[in-house]
Amino acid sequence: MSSEALKCQCCCEEENDQQKYDRIAEIIDKYKKREGSLIQVLHLSQNIYGYLPLELQKFIADRMDKPLSEVSGVITFYSFFATQPRGKHTIRVCMGTACYVRGGKKLVDRLEDILGVPVGSTTEDKKYTFEVARCIGACGLAPAMMIDDVVFKQVNPDKLESILAKY
Amino acid sequence: MINLTINGKSVSVSEGLTILEAAKQNNIYIPNLCYLEGVHKFGSCRLCVVEVEGARTLQASCMVPAREGMVVRTNTEKTRKARKTLYELILSDHPKDCLSCERNQSCELQEMGNTLGVTDARYEGEKSKGRIDISPSISRDMSKCILCRRCITVCNQIQNVGVLNAQNRGFETVVGTAMDLPINTVNCAYCGQCTIVCPVGALKETDAIQDVWNAINDKDKRVVVQVAPAIRVAIGEDLGYEPGNIVTGKLATALRELGFDDVFDTNFTADLTIIEEGTEFLTRVKEALTGGQATLPMITSCSPGWIKYVEHSFPDKLDHLSTCKSPHAMLGALAKSYYAEKVNVEPKDMYVVSVMPCTAKKFEVSRPEMQNDGVPKVDAVLTTRELAKMIKEAGIDFRNLDDAPFDNPLGLSSGAADIFGVTGGVMEAALRTVYELVTGRQLPFDKLHVTPIVGLQQVKEAEFTIEDPIEAYKFLDGVTVKVAVTSGLSGAKILLDQIVKGESPYHFIEVMGCPGGCISGGGQPRPTTPEIRQKRLEAIYREDEGKTLRKSHENEYITKLYKEFLIEPNGHKSHELLHTHYTKRGKFNEYITE
Repeated sequence: MSSEALKCQCCCEEENDQQKYDRIAEIIDKYKKREGSLIQVLHLSQNIYGYLPLELQKFIADRMDKPLSEVSGVITFYSFFATQPRGKHTIRVCMGTACYVRGGKKLVDRLEDILGVPVGSTTEDKKYTFEVARCIGACGLAPAMMIDDVVFKQVNPDKLESILAKY
Repeated sequence: MINLTINGKSVSVSEGLTILEAAKQNNIYIPNLCYLEGVHKFGSCRLCVVEVEGARTLQASCMVPAREGMVVRTNTEKTRKARKTLYELILSDHPKDCLSCERNQSCELQEMGNTLGVTDARYEGEKSKGRIDISPSISRDMSKCILCRRCITVCNQIQNVGVLNAQNRGFETVVGTAMDLPINTVNCAYCGQCTIVCPVGALKETDAIQDVWNAINDKDKRVVVQVAPAIRVAIGEDLGYEPGNIVTGKLATALRELGFDDVFDTNFTADLTIIEEGTEFLTRVKEALTGGQATLPMITSCSPGWIKYVEHSFPDKLDHLSTCKSPHAMLGALAKSYYAEKVNVEPKDMYVVSVMPCTAKKFEVSRPEMQNDGVPKVDAVLTTRELAKMIKEAGIDFRNLDDAPFDNPLGLSSGAADIFGVTGGVMEAALRTVYELVTGRQLPFDKLHVTPIVGLQQVKEAEFTIEDPIEAYKFLDGVTVKVAVTSGLSGAKILLDQIVKGESPYHFIEVMGCPGGCISGGGQPRPTTPEIRQKRLEAIYREDEGKTLRKSHENEYITKLYKEFLIEPNGHKSHELLHTHYTKRGKFNEYITE
């Protein structure tokens, strides 16, 4: 595997690709004998690498002795796995039923304007990855959105710019 | 045994069966689409729903086990209505271009609509994104896919290759390769087993029919055709015969009526393969036993699906493969040299067509090592299914054709060549010749069948001790030769893993890429059920036993070929025309530099 192809595209500088792959390899070796551990491995790998590009999927498939198509099948099934580099922060607007009826869609439209990218993508400066979520369990606070792990409640579209200004 | 009631009838079945299987054993048919007996149980289409007393909802009978005291109704207004609705929902996302679809009248979805009495298609919705992916062997049109996932099961569980799996989620779900890579860039073996089980027009062989018509129509081309051993016992199924009928003679006549100039038999070069491969084997054994550096076990190389698999999965073990080309590639090479000279035709004016039970052979002929200065030795490969289509398209009344022989000098064959079409056959054919060559005596088995390696088991083995060999093979005196045979790529993995670990006890291994061998190749008529496979197998052995010639080395045209042209087995000319080399690919094609 050429190191060029594995060039890190996320924002962490402290660890090089080889070190990340080594850590992922350790995780795989720990988990691979357990039935159904692929999701855990992918989760931890994404935490280390930032996202799951094809080269990394191959590395995981090979080391777990699973078909590549199975690994990619799991990754593309779950929306929390990303195959493209992600932004520094992840914005998730809730589009569950309660948030939807309380104006979640308006938040999405306004964010698309502000960020200049459609939902499901990452801004050019790699600052934000912008997604929708299917109910984050905060229906009483609708419409809600999250930036990374922080939940923002009863968001008004006009408040969005000031929320983003904190990041 | 457990007792249950189906449609008011008390039945008793063995434990572990599903409701669908229990019903079938008692002659009750429950409509089903995705289910594939003995292969695929997934419950994706839901058409097999039944009413079970006490259950809140309709149950998918292919998934629910039959239980003691169960009361099942398969044929109620509710189940019939539900099936129709479910069917219409499948249709809502289907292109419905049936009249111009290649599976028209051989489509399981179409047939099911008829069975269910569906006369309406009420739901018209958004269509899934179609993905068209064409490789040298297999073409995929995902707009036609109904997500039954049979192909996923054969690719992963049966063949242990796993290039196909469900990708994405919900309405976006598509059966595909990792990250939607084109199939010709992944480790697909091109075995084509997925094209056999696909119920609709989503997976099929890459069409060569028009290319072949064009060649036939070209007045300046000498068009040569050859047919593989497994075609003669299977093509009848697509032309109105019951499985297990041998139609060799009619097949030769049909090919002439289609306009081919020379009708040859791949069997001839199967006999030749035995001479070349047998000689190679004896050379390797001699070297190994006399302190030389020979790689054993030697493994057969006539199945191109197997070859591509091993190039991807065991790229460091390619020196175990016999260097012999597959029989049809040998025939192509001889047609464009030996035969072309005889009839005074320039090789470039000759067009060689192979009719094969195989989709992988379509890729095989495109390999650079199968070409000579960019001119392929075999120009086109048709599957059994494609040839049957051409015969129908030409309006040939196949059943009423006269029987005719193949053309010489590339047409005569022994029974040993016929059994190339079935698992264990190449090994048996090789042993018939090698044993006799070494000992001067006939292979000591009833009707020459090496019974331990006959049949459809996954891995078979045999051994025998060489006693009292002729002078030239004294080094083999007292040696116990061990052989193994497998078919299907899961079996191949078992035997290759032994080699990797250094634990393989064998001298010679036969591997066929498809389970059962070429009789159930990826290009054979649909369906290939266990019963049909068994009937094709029996037919192959009948064809063998019906011949006066039973051993490859007794074929007089082979003797003549060596005398006039090749000079000697494994000689200079043989190496140039009949032998090849392999390509390290790796699981992710990491060894391929392009």
